[in-house]
Amino acid sequence: MLPVGYYIALSAILFTLGALGVLIRRNSIVIFMSIELMLNAGNLAFVAFARAYQSLSGQIFVFFIMAVAAAEVAVGLALIVAIFQTKRSIDVDQLNTMQG
Amino acid sequence: MIFSEVTSAGAQFFQWVPLILAFPLAGLLINMFFGGRLPEKVIGIVGSSAVVLTFVVAVLQAISLVGHPEGAVVPLADWIHIGELHLRWAIQVDTLSVTMMLVVSGVGSLIHIYAIGYMHEDVRHNGDPGRYQRFFVFFNLFILAMMVLVSADNYLMLFVGWEGVGLCSYLLIGFWYDKGEGGIGNAMAAKKAFVTNRVGDFGFLLAAFTMFGAFRSFEFESVFRQAPEVAAIIPSAIMFITLFMLLGVTGKSAQLPLFVWLPDAMAGPTPVSALIHAATMVTAGVYLVARSYPLYSLVPEAQFWVTMVGALTALFSATIAVGQFDIKKVLAYSTISQLGFMVAAVGMGATVAGMFHLVTHAFFKALLFLSAGSVILGLEQGHHHVEHDPVLRKKAKNLHHFDPQDMRNMGGLRTRMPITFWVFTIGGLALAGIFPLAGFWSKDEILLEANHLYSWAYIILSIAAFFTAFYVGRQLLMVFFGEPRTEPAAHAKESPPVMTVPLMILAGLSALGGLLNLPGIHTFGHWLEHTLEAATHGEAAEVAAEVGAEAAQAGALGFDLGIAAISTALAVVALGLAWYLYDRRYKQMLDIPPAKRPDDPLRSILGPVFTGMERKWWVDELYWAVLLNPYIALSKFLAQVIDWRFWHDWFHDVVIAGGFKWITRLTAVRIDLGGIDAIANGLATVTQGLAQQMRRLQTGYVRNYALSVFVGVVIILGYLILR
Amino acid sequence: MTSELILFFILAIVAVASAVGMLLSRNAVYAALYLILNFATVAVFYLMLSAAFISLVQVTVYAGAIMVLFLFVIMLLGAEHTGRLSESGWMFWTPIVLGAVLAVEALYIILRQWKAIPATQAAGSDFGAPAAVGLELFQNYLLPFEVTSVLLLVAMIGAILLARSKKA
Repeated sequence: MLPVGYYIALSAILFTLGALGVLIRRNSIVIFMSIELMLNAGNLAFVAFARAYQSLSGQIFVFFIMAVAAAEVAVGLALIVAIFQTKRSIDVDQLNTMQG
Repeated sequence: MIFSEVTSAGAQFFQWVPLILAFPLAGLLINMFFGGRLPEKVIGIVGSSAVVLTFVVAVLQAISLVGHPEGAVVPLADWIHIGELHLRWAIQVDTLSVTMMLVVSGVGSLIHIYAIGYMHEDVRHNGDPGRYQRFFVFFNLFILAMMVLVSADNYLMLFVGWEGVGLCSYLLIGFWYDKGEGGIGNAMAAKKAFVTNRVGDFGFLLAAFTMFGAFRSFEFESVFRQAPEVAAIIPSAIMFITLFMLLGVTGKSAQLPLFVWLPDAMAGPTPVSALIHAATMVTAGVYLVARSYPLYSLVPEAQFWVTMVGALTALFSATIAVGQFDIKKVLAYSTISQLGFMVAAVGMGATVAGMFHLVTHAFFKALLFLSAGSVILGLEQGHHHVEHDPVLRKKAKNLHHFDPQDMRNMGGLRTRMPITFWVFTIGGLALAGIFPLAGFWSKDEILLEANHLYSWAYIILSIAAFFTAFYVGRQLLMVFFGEPRTEPAAHAKESPPVMTVPLMILAGLSALGGLLNLPGIHTFGHWLEHTLEAATHGEAAEVAAEVGAEAAQAGALGFDLGIAAISTALAVVALGLAWYLYDRRYKQMLDIPPAKRPDDPLRSILGPVFTGMERKWWVDELYWAVLLNPYIALSKFLAQVIDWRFWHDWFHDVVIAGGFKWITRLTAVRIDLGGIDAIANGLATVTQGLAQQMRRLQTGYVRNYALSVFVGVVIILGYLILR
Repeated sequence: MTSELILFFILAIVAVASAVGMLLSRNAVYAALYLILNFATVAVFYLMLSAAFISLVQVTVYAGAIMVLFLFVIMLLGAEHTGRLSESGWMFWTPIVLGAVLAVEALYIILRQWKAIPATQAAGSDFGAPAAVGLELFQNYLLPFEVTSVLLLVAMIGAILLARSKKA
């Protein structure tokens, strides 16, 4: 059995990549996918710790995170569609009406 | 016999007892959520059948108890777990509680059925048919609360029911809250009932707190078991509990000095008066004392006070009933008086007699109220008829201010409403205590016990019984005999069968109710004995055993022909006197011109005393003078003198405001203008400049914001590592 | 090097590579497909961590349903060509540098805490099995489970409200 630390490390790397995706991409759908990647990295850590501590609670948490992620994707994509309908673009850099 | 087979086989349905709560709850929820879309008939049938089913369950409990007289405690749920306090929500099934269940659901069923017809007319007469649904919701809620009250196995659960019925009483007295004197009369009556009951509940709560302090428990069984020991160590505790409980009883059962709310409670629709303010809720106090008999039996002083309160109430309100003209007010004071009988009975330890009277009273007083409702409805219909007939309209005077409850507007209804007349007569004679109707047996038993235990109470109660028979005779003669005194009375109509059938059933019960506890057989006495003895004989404590034995002996008192003869003779004499005054004298009075004619023959004889009876011995006025007016005056003094003149005008305006002004001037000129303004202006300039620079950070690009979050994460993580 | 370690490294490389691929692909459809690959490898990791149930949920819900939704929206909006990655100025390099710092920090912490993580013992055969997870879910987490269903309902209503065309 591999030490759980390996999985945690992998999770950290994936999380960082996801965060980078959020920061360097301008396509809001890809940004969204990057957020999903970050959530997934978190899930991996949860499952790894659940295995380490022999407790099912971690897996239950992953289950709930997935449910919440599904809800978030549904609403988020609907938002993107709505924004596209008004702006004809999904580039987040076009959305700067909040500029001070 | 099938019945005996069932019982000898030991069939028992104790575990079905939660249904007595479930059925009313279901009825109330159905009517509450779907009643708006259901036709009136269905609402009425749902409401009534909920109570009828409850009655069936109660009957099953009674059948079970025949085979298993020890009863059962059926736990439903854990309720409270705080520190030492462990309370279950449990239903006590024993002969006492089942008796109450039978009375509440049985009489309740009949009144619900009656209300189907009565409320149909009432909501139309009052011009808001939408409230039909609300009425049955409240009515079922009341049955639910009452069932909680009587089925409780501890004092706290009993208190929940106690407050619940109080709430329903409030809601139903104020059912036509926008009607009554000045548009707020009914609402005021409801408020009065609620506030007066609060005073009593305060007593109940103090009793409960003391009880927990002394017994560390609220459960009947545990409290009664410990009572003799506690009485030996701290006798005053039991004394406090019982006397504070008495205060609660005077509130709920309308005894002196808290009875003033019950007559005003007649503002509610008549089925409400019959069910809540005559047959069931107001007897809760009697039930409480009967249930707490093991406590009261330990403190004779408390028993003395309970008896005293009951007997005095019985006499006091019986005299008031004589002077009333409102058909429902007479019955209301009669109810107070009869409750006085019951309280006196349970107070002196004659629990069986008190409960027996409670049962028979529920029958005949519900009957009387419902037939009074029938009379009122008949008169309203007569009024309606007269108003829409141009010929009659001219003949009748004062139609606009016609009061269908005033007995002076009635008369001669015997031929116009024959069924109502007969059932009212049966109820009235039962109330007067005429052989062999139900009231005779139960009242006689109370008098017998009183003669045995407290002879002064016997004398007071006998006088009250005399007055009772007199006002019954007066009411019967004024309402049903003679000639109609107004046009509406002449055109009154009999009520529909949905109302008269319950009346006839109740009349049958009022006539035959005495069979429950005939002297010599004492079915009811033996029935209740199981509960009462189990409570007192639990631990072989000397005091309890002694008192229990005495009670058993008293319960076994036979039938004293002398006492029965005296009470019957008093009743007959009173009825005869009523007949003489209200038939003979009344007919003679017709010769006097109407302007000078007194409205009541008794008024010319008794003069100011009659006015006293009519004005309720000025008790309400006394309360106003002694309690309410000083209270208002004190409030005004506090508001105007203390708060306004002293606190506001002097302290605030002169001391605080003046001092503050002085300091303000000092600081404004010296410190503020001189020092602070300069700093503030400088700061403002600096802030403005900074803001101009910071503005650039607000790029509006969401990724810039995300980047700053990311920077923060990296820095915080770095700090955590290097720390 | 055990076979498990070898498998782990291969899969880890695939996972990281697919994540990077998603980051850098110019076509949003490719990005989504990379992400599906990534999710699939993570599902295998779940299996290795004795989380069979979660692994299957990952495949069906994440790699299946959610990513289909993504693809659907991409094609609906015709947004597969994303053009330039980003302006190659400071908004590109700053995140890269910061990301590297973050990764180093995280790995440092993991290495430092290596001893604190309990050594993994063999799990029971039913650990993470659907039955065990189901029992845990419906016994100890019943209320959150029910609340989740409300959340999903709300999300569904919200999505419908947001996405419907304004004229209808």
